[in-house]
Amino acid sequence: MRNTLFEKIWERHVVHQEPGRPAILYVDRHLIHEVTTPQAFDGLRLAGRKVRRPDLTIATTDHNVPTLGRTIPINDPIATLQVDTLKRNCEEFGITLYALDSPRQGIVHVIGPELGLTLPGTTIVCGDSHTSTHGAFGALAFGIGTSEVEHVLATQCLVQNPAKTFEIRVDGGLPRGVTAKDLVLYIIRMIGTDGATGHIIEYTGSTVRKLSMEERMTVCNMSIEAGGRAGMISPDDTTYAYLEGLPFAPQGAAFRSAVEYWKTLPSDPNAKFDRRISFDVSTLAPQVSWGTNPGMVADVTGSVPDPSTFGSADAQNAALRALQYMGLEPGTPIQEIPVDRVFIGSCTNSRIEDLRAASRMIAGKTVHRRVHAMVVPGSQQVKLQAEQEGLDAMFKQAGFEWRESGCSMCLGMNADTVEFGQRCASTSNRNFEGRQGRGARTHLVSPAMAAAAAVTGHFVDIRNWEATR
Amino acid sequence: MKPFTVHHAIVALLDRINIDTDQIIPKQFLKRIERTGYGQFLFYDWRFVKDGSLNPDFELNLPRFQNAEILLTGSNFGCGSSREHAPWALLDYGFRTILAPSYGDIFFNNCLQNGMLPVRLPESQIKELMDRTKQNEGYQLTVDLQSQTIQDDSGLVMTFDVDPFRKECLLRGLDDIGLTLLHEEKIRAYEASHGNS
Repeated sequence: MRNTLFEKIWERHVVHQEPGRPAILYVDRHLIHEVTTPQAFDGLRLAGRKVRRPDLTIATTDHNVPTLGRTIPINDPIATLQVDTLKRNCEEFGITLYALDSPRQGIVHVIGPELGLTLPGTTIVCGDSHTSTHGAFGALAFGIGTSEVEHVLATQCLVQNPAKTFEIRVDGGLPRGVTAKDLVLYIIRMIGTDGATGHIIEYTGSTVRKLSMEERMTVCNMSIEAGGRAGMISPDDTTYAYLEGLPFAPQGAAFRSAVEYWKTLPSDPNAKFDRRISFDVSTLAPQVSWGTNPGMVADVTGSVPDPSTFGSADAQNAALRALQYMGLEPGTPIQEIPVDRVFIGSCTNSRIEDLRAASRMIAGKTVHRRVHAMVVPGSQQVKLQAEQEGLDAMFKQAGFEWRESGCSMCLGMNADTVEFGQRCASTSNRNFEGRQGRGARTHLVSPAMAAAAAVTGHFVDIRNWEATR
Repeated sequence: MKPFTVHHAIVALLDRINIDTDQIIPKQFLKRIERTGYGQFLFYDWRFVKDGSLNPDFELNLPRFQNAEILLTGSNFGCGSSREHAPWALLDYGFRTILAPSYGDIFFNNCLQNGMLPVRLPESQIKELMDRTKQNEGYQLTVDLQSQTIQDDSGLVMTFDVDPFRKECLLRGLDDIGLTLLHEEKIRAYEASHGNS
């Protein structure tokens, strides 16, 4: 056998396939949230259909929810209606909902893994592009639209053509202060925001093997920003150790037999991928985005590029537009870019390890007087653990706001937005125009880089900064 | 779903690459629970200036592109978020065909689920169509799904690829859910044999 992880999962989940037709693929886990489901439930009702497997469907409210306090009502009637609609739909169709008052509420891509709902070898879908996060466990996980959400609710299946496979191999030890976020930003910088379109990425190599589960989730999360249909990492002992004892993971003997199965999943040696590329990250610098897509990224020691140096006319125009929007001049050193806002959170970087890494940068320091900084834990569980470790006190003492869990300022659907013209160092995944608020200027960075920027008021090379403080 | 057969319409040109779904429909309009009425919010931050008035510099606001139903644009159109509100907004505004060198995968699928045809054409052909659209005010194309051809009034003919299953669904206006439910027995058998029942 010389099969990839993707092929093994795919073959096991094909329910039916006719020659020349897409496969009907079984879905093991369907995660849903308030924003991309109301129209799907309406469609079911209109056609008189039921949810086929409410037991395999899990709901939470995350995109639209306030983060200031759980006792404060949402003061946006349209958002309130959407949140209430999910609650009513879950009641009507018998779906478990981790609502705002639940200790298990959180960003859908944070709670799935922490509850043990995300398991190796499974198929997972959600009406959200960052579903690729769950691939960190060796699951086939991808985002779908609302029509497909309705399809999965009705049939527990999806109509799919297999994607091509793309191995991204990463070797070399990550230097101190350089993280999984820098690694994935660098990959997108190198292959472009459409570099993996039509492909399922599998990350391999010695660097990937050494990553923790949180770090693997950060990498797989941003696969979609390179255009990848999904991102995956073959499971190993790190995966099994993380899963053991989680509420919805198999327990006891069932866990041990699951591990035996999971051990058959990794891509075989010499498995054939449609495409391969490899990187050495042993000298990688912290990465900072300067433009309006996640491929527009520079070393922290570099400077804002000159659009005329880009290859094609299309790329030059895109870079010109980006610099205009971002209010940046070519040649400006990245470390001289001032920031007004700092956001530590999102499905990319809001897990306990991310908060620990950020907290290490701020011990005994205070947030720069110009900067408004906030930490939004990915889930209530992350928030609780961070509070048990005293991280909340460290952040608050330094002048950060400590919020309730949700998607928050990653996309600013709630009140957490960046104002017009303000510059935000953000641990999220998208620096698109208007993403964090109309006219908002987003710079994507790692949690440690964001925390350091909060203290100094501009980007710093934390490799040196740590050493001299 | 409304069948897609032949589409003859004015072409609008949006000559940019990497247009993400956050631009097609910004997040503040995703709070609604309806499936319709998103056309007014299409490209909102580009179409309207901060005070809510029309931005005269934005391409789709040019008089020559009014009533266009075919959108011609650059590579990686619809990258980013999975929001189906993006095709809903394009369709509600009037666009049913999109022509571009490449698309975000999820957006591409979402279009097909709504009776819209996203056509992939090589860069050189897109550039040719862009030149013709710039040079001829009111430039129109005929997109014929059955024959997989695109034609203009001056003899230009291009062919395009489309997945045979998706082609059939579009031509007949078929809904995926109904088709999958024809295999109910197979789904049940799968669940029984995979310990999923």
